[in-house]
Amino acid sequence: MVAIIDYDAGNTCSVINALKRLDVNFELTSDANKILAADKVIFPGVGHATQAMKALNDKGLVDTIKLVKQPLLGICIGMQLLCDFSVEGNTRCLGIFDAIVQKFVPLAYEDFHKVPHMGWNKLTSTEDDLFAGIDDGAYVYFVHSYFVEENARTIGESHYNHPFSAAIRKDNFYGVQFHAEKSGAVGQQILQNFLEL
Amino acid sequence: MLAKRIIPCLDIKNGRTVKGVNFENLRDAGDPVELAKRYAEEGADELVFLDISATIEERETLYELVTKVGEQINIPYAVGGGISSVEQTYKLLRCGAEKVSVNSSAVRDPKLIKEISAEYGSQCMVVAIDARQVGDKWVVHTHGGSRATELELFGWAKRVQDLGAGEILFTSMDHDGTKAGFAIDALFQMNEELSIPVIASGGAGNKEHFKEVFEKANADAALAASVFHFGEIPIPDLKQYLSAHNIEMRN
Repeated sequence: MVAIIDYDAGNTCSVINALKRLDVNFELTSDANKILAADKVIFPGVGHATQAMKALNDKGLVDTIKLVKQPLLGICIGMQLLCDFSVEGNTRCLGIFDAIVQKFVPLAYEDFHKVPHMGWNKLTSTEDDLFAGIDDGAYVYFVHSYFVEENARTIGESHYNHPFSAAIRKDNFYGVQFHAEKSGAVGQQILQNFLEL
Repeated sequence: MLAKRIIPCLDIKNGRTVKGVNFENLRDAGDPVELAKRYAEEGADELVFLDISATIEERETLYELVTKVGEQINIPYAVGGGISSVEQTYKLLRCGAEKVSVNSSAVRDPKLIKEISAEYGSQCMVVAIDARQVGDKWVVHTHGGSRATELELFGWAKRVQDLGAGEILFTSMDHDGTKAGFAIDALFQMNEELSIPVIASGGAGNKEHFKEVFEKANADAALAASVFHFGEIPIPDLKQYLSAHNIEMRN
């Protein structure tokens, strides 16, 4: 059973649809016992860090997530919330990763970069098992204005203005900044890999 | 490097895909779910669904259609048409949409942009702007292009960016359906003035038009409908052509 954390701040339907296409059993839940008993946990997210943390607090899920021992995959905001702190609304997050979520700053010189970073970009340095069978430089779909800097936990890179963490891992906690559930065949393979960890 | 996006747009009326010329004379262009599926398989980078009858008929977007599309495809899509509240946005994101697009309701109530982006982040907030040139001025229109406003395109675009829009979908009503190319000058100016991505819409007729809008107007994405719906430009051919001209494409 895969538990999808339900905290009213996620793109849960996209994740549900992706899991249906992969033909796996899942449950959308905010029940701590079910989350802790699941084989895999997916922590989705679209939205604002402050609202998302508030929703997690309201549902009493902050400690639950920290207690998860099985593979957990944070997606987009889900990944960012696994970090210490986000400059989006100056929000204290879950603190699993010793990292700060920063904001992209548009550059007005040379190659003009816009914010949000929105669209398909290359995923590189993909040695982790999460990316088994994925070509270095495969395109995945990003939509975000905030990012996690490259750090010791980075397991996948992307580049926008500068390199940033497209994916991070600490023990059983995985985070992907891109929307694996919306990244076509490549994303589907990554989700499949996660489910097989 | 971020790839330029090719976005088929599905204008929806009564659950069918339709396409008109200059926002009028609508032709049936098929079942939206089937089309969406085909485009995803052919390499479309994103989809946009616009319920074009929604505002006029004061009807909410078709949630069931949005849900069905999400079940069938694994690429991102935005939904627009008649969205006028944070609650509707929540429902659509919950149905599987990545983004919502607001148009008339943002003109009527600009703080809606701020409310939605504050609640769900600016990345899901697309503001669609329809405009036509009147004399030397680009005038913003609402209600499916049927009503002129007092707003001037570039000022309005800057304002929606400041209010928290994450992307602008600009349709030139003068170019829409003509197949004579995109509104390059206006798009270029928008890209110069804005720090959020701009989707170019209206006027695509051949592959060169797409090349032009990326090279000359520096658009982040190009949107078209009929050239895709009626098979005039197959998406794989288009992407291959653009790649061959050194425009970054997801392959």
